[in-house]
Amino acid sequence: MSVQFEVNGKNVEVEVEPRLTLADCLRHHLRLTGTHVGCEHGVCGACTVIVDGAAVRSCLMLAVQAEGAEIVTVEGLSNDDDLTPLQKSFRKHHALQCGFCTPGMITTAHVLLSEEPDCDAARVREVLSGNLCRCTGYISIVEAVLDARSAYGHKDDAGDRARERR
Amino acid sequence: MRTVNSLIGSAIERLEDLRFLRGRGQYVDDLARKDMLHAAFLRSSVAHGRIRSIDVSGARALPGVRGVLTAKDIGNRVPRVPMRLQPLPDFEPFGQPVIAETKVRYVGEVLAFVLADSAGIAEDALELIEVDIEALPAVADRHASAQNTSLLFEDKGTNLAIKFHAVLGDAAAAFKDAPYVRRESFRTQRHMALPMEPRGLLAEWDAVQGRLTVSGGAKVLFFNRRILAKEMGLPESAIEIVENDVGGGFGARGEFYPEDFLIPFAARHTGRPVKWTEDRRENLMCLNHAREAECDVEIACTREGTILGLRGHAYVDVGAYMRTNGAVGARNIAQFMSGPYRIANIDIDVALQLTNKTPVGTYRGPGRFETDFFRERFLDMVAQDLGLDRVEFRRRNLVSRQEMPYSIATITPFESKDAFDSGDYQITLDRCLDEIGWAEKSKLAGRLIDGRYHGLAIGCFIEGGAAGPKETARMVLEPDGLYSVYVGSSAIGQGLETAFAQIAADALEVPMNGIRGVFHGTTSFVSDGYGAYHSRSVVMGGSAMLEAATNLRDAIRAQAAGRLGCAPAEIEIVEGTKAVGPGGKSIPLKGLSTDGISAEGAFLNKKHTYTYGAHAAHVAVDPKLGHVELIDYVIVEDCGRIINPLTVHGQAIGSAVQGLGGAMMEHLVYDQQGQLLTGSLADYLIPTASDFPNIRAIVLENSPSPINPLGAKGAGEGGIIAAGGIMANAVANALSTFDVQPRELPLTPTRIWEMVQAAKQRAAE
Amino acid sequence: MKLPPFDYACPTTLPEAIELLASHDDAKAIAGGQSLVPMLAFRLAQPSLLVDLRKLADLRGIRISDAGVTLGAMVRWRDIEDDERLETAHPLLKAAISHVAHYQIRNRGTVGGSIAHADPAAEMPGIAMTCDAEIAVVGKSGAHVIQAADFFQGALTTALTTDEIIVEIRLPAWPAGRRWGFQEFARRRGDFAMAAAAVFYDQDERGKARNAHVGVIGVGDRPLRLTAVEDLLNGESIDEATIAKADAATSAAVEPQDDIHASAAYRRSLVGTMVERALTSAAAA
Repeated sequence: MSVQFEVNGKNVEVEVEPRLTLADCLRHHLRLTGTHVGCEHGVCGACTVIVDGAAVRSCLMLAVQAEGAEIVTVEGLSNDDDLTPLQKSFRKHHALQCGFCTPGMITTAHVLLSEEPDCDAARVREVLSGNLCRCTGYISIVEAVLDARSAYGHKDDAGDRARERR
Repeated sequence: MRTVNSLIGSAIERLEDLRFLRGRGQYVDDLARKDMLHAAFLRSSVAHGRIRSIDVSGARALPGVRGVLTAKDIGNRVPRVPMRLQPLPDFEPFGQPVIAETKVRYVGEVLAFVLADSAGIAEDALELIEVDIEALPAVADRHASAQNTSLLFEDKGTNLAIKFHAVLGDAAAAFKDAPYVRRESFRTQRHMALPMEPRGLLAEWDAVQGRLTVSGGAKVLFFNRRILAKEMGLPESAIEIVENDVGGGFGARGEFYPEDFLIPFAARHTGRPVKWTEDRRENLMCLNHAREAECDVEIACTREGTILGLRGHAYVDVGAYMRTNGAVGARNIAQFMSGPYRIANIDIDVALQLTNKTPVGTYRGPGRFETDFFRERFLDMVAQDLGLDRVEFRRRNLVSRQEMPYSIATITPFESKDAFDSGDYQITLDRCLDEIGWAEKSKLAGRLIDGRYHGLAIGCFIEGGAAGPKETARMVLEPDGLYSVYVGSSAIGQGLETAFAQIAADALEVPMNGIRGVFHGTTSFVSDGYGAYHSRSVVMGGSAMLEAATNLRDAIRAQAAGRLGCAPAEIEIVEGTKAVGPGGKSIPLKGLSTDGISAEGAFLNKKHTYTYGAHAAHVAVDPKLGHVELIDYVIVEDCGRIINPLTVHGQAIGSAVQGLGGAMMEHLVYDQQGQLLTGSLADYLIPTASDFPNIRAIVLENSPSPINPLGAKGAGEGGIIAAGGIMANAVANALSTFDVQPRELPLTPTRIWEMVQAAKQRAAE
Repeated sequence: MKLPPFDYACPTTLPEAIELLASHDDAKAIAGGQSLVPMLAFRLAQPSLLVDLRKLADLRGIRISDAGVTLGAMVRWRDIEDDERLETAHPLLKAAISHVAHYQIRNRGTVGGSIAHADPAAEMPGIAMTCDAEIAVVGKSGAHVIQAADFFQGALTTALTTDEIIVEIRLPAWPAGRRWGFQEFARRRGDFAMAAAAVFYDQDERGKARNAHVGVIGVGDRPLRLTAVEDLLNGESIDEATIAKADAATSAAVEPQDDIHASAAYRRSLVGTMVERALTSAAAA
């Protein structure tokens, strides 16, 4: 079947079997290998992409269901020149080791921060509990996301200052 | 070696991050080749049986299928997966054929494999293969194994692969007159490394050159190349194993598995590139399992709390075959049960029992997690018995700084003597007590607050590192004046490229950007390599780099001396960028040689380093839910020399969360027929961001190791090692009103609730 | 775990969708796919045709009226989270849904999908049972309504025939002043419940409970209404003593199974604790 959608601002058309997942379509047909496949049954979150503004497990979506959608992958949240504020924060806080879960963390965090720039640590943990990481133990990831809030419009408050003092 | 404004010890942000954050990492499944075939494996769903027939005709007929192979297609002799560590002759009969021949011995064992135009078609074809297996009684656990009624290897007559023995002093004498003896049994559960990236391989055969290239290598590429060369009848020089980015290893990824032969074989067989990507269902049943162990041990003490001896028996369920490093965990259980404590008399044997389950291998802190749980639980129970303070009991028995190097129990067979290199275990214990606020928090121990019981625990551990025998590095002064570094060490996510760049930059006296890059793992990079395991990379790879740097600087001096017409000894290299001769004549190193100047270095080592420390935990237990909230968890460890505080801290936290997963929730569950019941990530539970948010790690460098020029001890496994014992002791402390004594992991809600119910029942009687 | 092969259709009208389901053997409707796709990945289901419901726009609304709350079958967990009206229109629904799965799944998973899938430990079927929901379905033979009590027939088994599609779930009106509580305990946040309890009751002039509803999940092959516990609560003050009795009666009323996540004995005790804590929070509000 022929499917048309937008990925990272570009219109694409692919010829796929109905059974092809969006994850596999992005990775193998469009060669956007930044989105990773860790489980293929919707638990690990490594495959998270942004579909029409929402964070979605691309291994649980069929490519044919993406017809007409606007999709953003980790590549679409990156540029060649510099790291984005979110990426810089991840690097500063050592929020990645092997890098495999990282694209899913970045896309999920980007959506969360875009919608809820004032989210607190508990909310960040709640949202990221759908993304498994085996290397970092998560604490540095949560710190990185909280530290990136100001780039999304969050104003520093007493809670932040208290956290920094610890 | 630069010692001022040193990069070693700096929290340099990682170089690897630049590609990982942008989704530009290159993991093996990201690779593609023209005309590539996809492989899928048919795996046994029967745990133990005799293969009567495998009919692949239906699969072969499916459009898009290019080949279906079974043992018959492999050749005269199906290769075996060899032992890499402790390769004793005892293990040889229990080696795994890379594809099942006459019997299957575990659910997941390869029966056949399909090569097709797509992964989907390959999987479709699996369903069309008809297999007839005569089921045999499954050996479900170590008890059934020891009975030897159903044998995995009939001609061996036994399911016991080997027994190791750890001996020190004279345990019989120590126990004979001991004022206090207690006997206990403990168990740890089967669980596994579960890296986020499943395995994968891409093999390419160049028939013209007779060259094989295999991508997807990790951990021990040079060893694997040696094995593959032998099994495929090729010279080693004809094979390159490439290390791409690797999504976590933790000991399990990178060992030589059956697929590591079968995929390259298929590439040569078909003449086309063959790619295989393991899926998570396979990963759960095929990647090395670990940690399933029991012990029945006795401890002897004086009434004042000096430990006199430790003796007993341990049993490890090693699964169906002895694979590359399947003996390590068992050996470590016996040898390291005493941990950082002075126990002069030890007699512990450990039996490796074969069962119809996935074979085991090393997983971060192999054997150490298990044995630490056994010992630390035991210490808390004994302290309670003797009315001793749990901290003071440990303190009086810790090996002291003055006793280093301290010899531990000797293991037979495979005569393995070892000694702790350096360390002041009191310092890390004291720091840990201070950080958790032990004195204050102790007041909460056992108290019921808002429906939950609070508990506290502390324990000490050692982590072994720096396995030898050797590591190699090569450094090159490029024509453009930058330096490239090649190492036999492997990257598994630990930040190797950055830490090694720091070491190289200091050794060459250049800033970080004077290093073009650190290239690791791939077999064409250095003449010989050993890889990443046993926390050895910094010690072995780092030290090899120092050697290479020295050799490179000698070579540079020789070259510069030729140009300046003086002796090499008269040349000084300044800031890694220019060579200055007598009279101040100087030439830039950029362009010194149009081909670049290269030098190798190696570090040889027979001794181990011992990172050590203490963990403490504060928990709150809800007895009705069986839920444990981790209120605070502190890790203090001394790793001798910190190369990058950012990455070593990250290792400690990540390692601890894995340990907490093992302590509280991870469990590979089998039924009595050898069926793996935990077949997905909805059943095999690992920690998420919500589970353990309150962990702190402090890494010290108080006691550099005397056995390598960096003074490093290695790091990465300490966090996981102590978690089981600590959590069990904290729960026991919390539920002390009930006299709950955990003897088994994981501490699931059901288990905790049942222990409370049992204790209430006992109290009522 | 590549999906098995299937054909795919994306109808734009309900009659079209029903016709597709009716005329193909082994056709299956796909809504959010958050439960179905994993089953396909494990090859536990191998439908010949997937009928995608995503273009059926009429199924996405949340209607609130005096008659109650009506959820279109394609309403996502996210939509329930975002709808502030539900704080007062159906707080129990809101509370229960906050436990469903994870952030990414909540953007795709649907009410109708969860009801049709009928996992014994899923929250939405539990709410449907507890609240006497009506499930409106349409099939070849037309439209009809199935009471929740008749809808769930076993683990992953419902009263739906192969040609039927759920269009709406109708929850009765929720009066102001109603007391309610929801308690769940799972292995980790977002996992399927080991046990959960949804309770509500109204009060008469003397403050005694009436119209008590006690629903539990995770302790049977389907969500359960515990009428024995409800009978115990009705006419009583919901105080510590009554709650303790309800706890014991809950445990006595269920027959859970052992599985790899929890033992039967533990679940039996746990569900009692869930009811106890749900009632305690209901009474305290």
